[in-house]
Amino acid sequence: MIEHLIPVLIGTLAAATPLIFAGLGELVAEKSGVINLGVEGMMLIGAVAGFGAALHWGLVAGFIAGALAGALAALPFALLTLSLGANQAASGLALTIFGSGLSAFVGQYLVSESLPGLQPWPIPGLSAIPVIGPIFFNQTVVVYLSYAAAIIVTWVLAKTRWGLVLRAVGESPEAAHTIGYPVTAIRYGAVCFGGAMAGIAGAYLSTVYTPLWVQNMTAGRGWIAVALVVFATWKPLRLLLGAYLFGGMTILQLHAQGLGVDLPSQLLSAIPYVATIVVLVLISRDRNLLLLNLPASLGKPFIPGG
Amino acid sequence: MPLLTPRANPSKLMQWAAPPIAIIATLLTATVLFYALNKPPLQAFYVFFIEPLETANGWSELALKASPLILIAQGLALGFRARIYNIGAEGQLLMGAICASGVAIYTDGMTGDWILPLMVLAGAIGGGLWGALPAWLKTRFNAEETLTTLMLTYVAIQLLAWLVSSPWRDPGGSNFPQSIMFSEAALFAPLFEGLRINSSVLITLLSIPLFWLFVKRSFLAYQLAVGGQAPSASRYAGFSAQRTVWISLVVSGITAGIAGAAEAAGPVGQLTLSLSPGYGFAAIIVAWVGRLHPIGIVFSGLLMALIYIGGEAAQVSMQLPSAVSWLFQGMLLFFLLGADAFVDFRLKRRNPNPFGIKEGKA
Repeated sequence: MIEHLIPVLIGTLAAATPLIFAGLGELVAEKSGVINLGVEGMMLIGAVAGFGAALHWGLVAGFIAGALAGALAALPFALLTLSLGANQAASGLALTIFGSGLSAFVGQYLVSESLPGLQPWPIPGLSAIPVIGPIFFNQTVVVYLSYAAAIIVTWVLAKTRWGLVLRAVGESPEAAHTIGYPVTAIRYGAVCFGGAMAGIAGAYLSTVYTPLWVQNMTAGRGWIAVALVVFATWKPLRLLLGAYLFGGMTILQLHAQGLGVDLPSQLLSAIPYVATIVVLVLISRDRNLLLLNLPASLGKPFIPGG
Repeated sequence: MPLLTPRANPSKLMQWAAPPIAIIATLLTATVLFYALNKPPLQAFYVFFIEPLETANGWSELALKASPLILIAQGLALGFRARIYNIGAEGQLLMGAICASGVAIYTDGMTGDWILPLMVLAGAIGGGLWGALPAWLKTRFNAEETLTTLMLTYVAIQLLAWLVSSPWRDPGGSNFPQSIMFSEAALFAPLFEGLRINSSVLITLLSIPLFWLFVKRSFLAYQLAVGGQAPSASRYAGFSAQRTVWISLVVSGITAGIAGAAEAAGPVGQLTLSLSPGYGFAAIIVAWVGRLHPIGIVFSGLLMALIYIGGEAAQVSMQLPSAVSWLFQGMLLFFLLGADAFVDFRLKRRNPNPFGIKEGKA
């Protein structure tokens, strides 16, 4: 039995990786009090930029380009919501529509190209551990980076001065402003970090996971990442767990036939989306749990002196 | 350094000037883009905005595309005014099309005046239920409607993909994932000989005064708007927040569902995967650019339809990818949201604190 499960679990980690990057980025932005519904659009822009750069200059350049493009894509959203006080839901939606259009527009020149992908790099020693070794430590470098990202974000948010200031800005921008922290600048930083992480997630999809450029290839993963942040009640390590849960569901549909589930493939493809709704319902029904963890200023514009 | 300072009162002028400003800004950006692509901008604008309107056929296509956009946006605007963000109209449209197509497929070969109204009713029910589901999830379980409506869109897409690839696939249509062509009794009649425009646009025409009357004259619409603008005042007055959620999502689901039925029984004439070119998403922008106003939406719907048709024309005659219309739609919404800031704020005229001394540190 376990021999059958190991390939499923290996695939689960790979499928969860873009959700981890995009989700951590959104989590940091939301901790600063900004909800960005443009994750899907930023991922697509990161995916197309990453693919194009990787094609010419290699995989590392692809990831750097993806991160830069994602951060850049977050800028118009930041300008609208942080400097001009625009509605965050509408601005995020505009970013997703814009990103979908821009990436399709640029990506038309890349549709027939393909990349070699990336081979797993077993970590000496750790990968020899039975069961856990092949699942967690015989993966691509990017998967290892996703572990590191989750640990770093957890540590920075909980233990450092930066994290404390970021959380203060998200809880009470007025108080943070009065003490003298540049609330708007800090939020710009958090939103751009979210964009860079979404861009990395997109670049991973187009250069390692697929590795092809296909129009709208993110297929709702950006939105699932936004939902994961709620599911994780704004805690990075819970987000990691949530991402594995969803990665597992994405992979399960590929192995369903082998496991004896006789459903049409299209209906199996709907499972991650249905699961997102179920999970949202389970977590949201406890209003107190959400209120306790929700950054208090989430979604509310703050214009100093306004 | 904050750029803006609040106005004493929201500017009425900016409220109505913002959409034209956003349109002009989008056109200017488009000019730069066309230059960068070595396409003469004047020719591009001619292809986009003038050429489609030179023939009767062009006007017919414009009405066909504007009709679903306007109908869906009317429903969405109702919810947006109450700050209920249904962004899954695309899924509700597809469910409407699926239910209407079900009627057409199972009544194939029959004749009767009841078939088409039954299809529209089925479409309204399908879309309405797909909107009611997130309303239930929101009122009962507090689940965010932005995420649930969008997730349900992906579910609807997969359901559609399954239906047209197995149970409802046309057995005589080689292997394409599409249903049979509907028979005449299941299709809207053309309004004019030789043009594609059909009687389904009459539903949209009828919806405009209905929504206008509802928004301007009914106490219910007033309650919805108060709930969005001043939630605490609304609670104090005893207006039900739950009812706001239900009405917003179900009404917008119904309008999207009817639009889906009209697409299947209109220009498409069958159930296919490519039934909607993203009308449900574009209608969100239409509602916003139209200032969530029933008449404003008519103008923004026509503009958005023109962007769609122009995009198709530019694809054929200038080898521009069709994604260019999505690009313009996103830009338009960006610029509009930016211009909207100046309804409540104005630019700081002079820097009152040139040395950047922080307040409260004297």
